[in-house]
Amino acid sequence: MNINEIQDGYVIDHIHAGRAMRIYRHLELDKLDCSVAIIENAKSNRMGRKDIIKIDELIPLNIEVISSIDSGATVNTIKDGVLIKKQRLTVPERVVNVLKCKNPRCITQTEQEIQHIFVLADREKATYRCYYCDTLHKPED
Amino acid sequence: MMKHMLDIIDWTPEELDALMDTADDIIAHPGDYADAMRRKKLATLFYEPSTRTRLSFEAAMLELGGHVIGFADAAASSASKGESVADTVRVVGCYADIIAMRHPKEGAPTVAASFSPVPIINAGDGGHHHPTQTLADLLTIRREKGRMNQLVIGLCGDLQFGRTVHSLMNAMARYKSIRFVLISPTELRIPEYLREGMKQLGVPFTEVEKLEDVIGTLDILYMTRVQRERFFNEADYVRLKDSYILTPDKLRPARRDLTVMHPLPRVNEISVAVDSDPRACYFKQVLYGKHMRQALILKLMEAAQ
Repeated sequence: MNINEIQDGYVIDHIHAGRAMRIYRHLELDKLDCSVAIIENAKSNRMGRKDIIKIDELIPLNIEVISSIDSGATVNTIKDGVLIKKQRLTVPERVVNVLKCKNPRCITQTEQEIQHIFVLADREKATYRCYYCDTLHKPED
Repeated sequence: MMKHMLDIIDWTPEELDALMDTADDIIAHPGDYADAMRRKKLATLFYEPSTRTRLSFEAAMLELGGHVIGFADAAASSASKGESVADTVRVVGCYADIIAMRHPKEGAPTVAASFSPVPIINAGDGGHHHPTQTLADLLTIRREKGRMNQLVIGLCGDLQFGRTVHSLMNAMARYKSIRFVLISPTELRIPEYLREGMKQLGVPFTEVEKLEDVIGTLDILYMTRVQRERFFNEADYVRLKDSYILTPDKLRPARRDLTVMHPLPRVNEISVAVDSDPRACYFKQVLYGKHMRQALILKLMEAAQ
């Protein structure tokens, strides 16, 4: 598979295999005009298998979205064909309007224009708790 | 910052102790509190019917000299026209000084608290929390046992779906030398997160199937209802159903100072023949619930001013 080198844009690397599409959806990359490449199940010495996302434009990137889905990912920023920044992510304490509660009895399912707030419950397991109903949200959910 | 009552563990044991002190004082000197909430209004926003909880709040406010406004089910409110919880509390906050909210959706009172100009009391949000029931339970324990530590607490019945059981365990686990005896069919044991939570806190507990095997070891027996439809199979239901019904016979090996509690309503899980036993405290628990709601209204109004 051949994907062109990026001149100005991002390479989101070391994504756990299977999570790229979630990051794609939450970052709303389908709404961009530029090229976006998703590589799933790429071989990785460190991870066995991993996903990669390449974005061919320096858009405003919401890092919090990525870190709440996969804090192990790295975000590489490329300008004029040169890697100018390699960013490792940290697990945020609180994420707003990134995750959605899956509990059908949660007030967020019916209340209009409410902020979807999740609070970090377990740093090791990157598990979040719905601020309203306490339902746990695991990375694989 | 405005103080609310959303979940019992948002309040420290010291704060809960202070509430119980106030409730004790209200019981001892009710006249001193007869005008404490004069010209103040409590709004009871009950999006689903719960007559006893609503009446308890109303009685609490009236005994403090205050007034009550509100609705008793969602059909009678603007929610039936599609108004959000956020908007409702902003509107009601213009009329009332404090709000007690019952809602079928979990976390609705938390949303209300984010927008309300007045204190919010969670009067039950789905299967999530029901902190004022736990306040009633705590005062019952303190008044009946005279202490909040060194207690063996038996919880019997549906421990998986019973939110009152979960809240009570979380609240009591913060006191010293508490041990839980969890009596339920295997299918209805406490949820995994609660079991893990107790282990992390280092609170000892045992899980058994039959009440008869452990009743003699208990200081407190907290009964809840086991519904037939919760069982996975009929054979288990038939085998165990009698085990979760408290009768005078079953009470015989129990301690003379046992305290029998139940969040009510009961169906048949406590025989009416037990009602006359001095160890039966479930109707006192109802009364203590009203006094704790009085104490809570006073505390929240004091913090809001």
